[in-house]
Amino acid sequence: MSTMTASRVQGGIFTLMVVRIGDVHDPAFGRDLEEQVARSPGFFAGAPVVIDLRDCVDCTSVADFTALKQVLRRHGMVLVGVQNANPVQLRAASAVDLAAFNGGQANGNRRAAPERPVSDSAASAASASRTRLISQPVRSGTQIYARGGDLVVTASVSAGAEIIADGYIHVYGALRGRAIAGAAGDMSARIFAQRFEAELVSIAGRYLVNDAIAPEHLNQAAQVALIDDRLVILPGWGRG
Amino acid sequence: MAKVIVVTSGKGGVGKTTTSAAFAAGLALRGHKTVVIDFDVGLRNLDLVMGCERRVVFDFINVINGDANLNQALIRDKRIDNLYIFPTSQTRDKEALKRDGVDRVMAELKKDFDYIICDSPAGIEHGALTALYHADAAVIVTNPEVSSVRDSDRIIGILASKSRRAEKREKPVEEHLLLTRYSPDRVQKGEMLSVEDVKEILSVPLLGIIPESETVLKASNTGMPVILDPGSPAGRAYEDAVARFVGEQREMRFQLPERRGFLRGWFGRAAS
Repeated sequence: MSTMTASRVQGGIFTLMVVRIGDVHDPAFGRDLEEQVARSPGFFAGAPVVIDLRDCVDCTSVADFTALKQVLRRHGMVLVGVQNANPVQLRAASAVDLAAFNGGQANGNRRAAPERPVSDSAASAASASRTRLISQPVRSGTQIYARGGDLVVTASVSAGAEIIADGYIHVYGALRGRAIAGAAGDMSARIFAQRFEAELVSIAGRYLVNDAIAPEHLNQAAQVALIDDRLVILPGWGRG
Repeated sequence: MAKVIVVTSGKGGVGKTTTSAAFAAGLALRGHKTVVIDFDVGLRNLDLVMGCERRVVFDFINVINGDANLNQALIRDKRIDNLYIFPTSQTRDKEALKRDGVDRVMAELKKDFDYIICDSPAGIEHGALTALYHADAAVIVTNPEVSSVRDSDRIIGILASKSRRAEKREKPVEEHLLLTRYSPDRVQKGEMLSVEDVKEILSVPLLGIIPESETVLKASNTGMPVILDPGSPAGRAYEDAVARFVGEQREMRFQLPERRGFLRGWFGRAAS
């Protein structure tokens, strides 16, 4: 079992614990849970909890979820929702009033605020925020520049495509092309990608090509920041 | 209302002309009046694949220039009712595809035909841009290898920005991915990208998988669209793809290695 804190920003900030569960029918399950709780009982008292069902296939019925709720309750936790549930699990979970949360990252890192609803217009520049939202895949050979603001892409950026922003870049999909943030020189700009496979990343003129990126940072969520004049790749949404 | 379909890929040699011929034949066999146009000016191939190379008098460029009318240039297929071939010129180059001339020809064809299939040349230059300009739907022909996938990605981007529908801000061109020359054996060995890999990269709905097959080469050499060969796996796969294109549900075949003989079949299944 691993724990994970995820924060959602929506008029307020609240922290949820995520309990990743395996086989719920395994007697070891309750024991493991008990051990974890025993280590820091105060931490878990009354805590709202989301269960991550990524590794759990046998928890499929309303009865399973009711039992799970009771087990967690016994250890002082309040089950509020599920994550990474398959459709069958989702149906059973919603029957016992559990909310469905968007899937987080496998490595137990933090996750940023939820994605914004996808806008229909592919190239609309939000006049108020100067943030540009792209909801279509950015194809090879395409170049997109968010002048004077951030760029949010709610799809994948293909190899051979180039996305540029004077501010931050967020890609809620695979980033396979080039991403250039802080194009006007903003050294605090960052690049976030849900799946980081970039050909090249650059912030305020400093750049890294794919070849120079450690393989362990690739093919997973990552952010790129300029720290002490060096480009640093941070796995997931971790604090940097 | 006529529907214009461009068969395109960016990369050359992936099977655009074979696909254009198969699609045109498949749609005509289903009773739709269909014409297939060769946009590959200077590298005329469609007439060969359709087996009508010895009947070409006037071509697409003649009609664009007003030297001949449509009826003089269209070649009626001898095997399939409702199927017409519109060959191109071998002696001219792509610059002969003048915008207003092509517009006029397309408008005229739209009055007469249910489907107009545009066999695009490779590349992303004038020839390919002209071929895709009028498209209502695109069949993006892709081989399971990285360079082909990247070129397809590029052409999908161009469809979304340079087609008539994009210019006029109409409903975007319908996109269909057709994976050709697919060899499940080689996918298993890791020598080719899998269907899932390609779908993930391109994020375009999959219309069909055409297995790598010797019958394709034989068919194009003898001038017979492969879809007319019921003994050919590729022909059957094209038939499925055409059926899906017109809205039928068909199981996606040819994703797994072919079973050769009884024993191999059992081993194959046990392994999968």
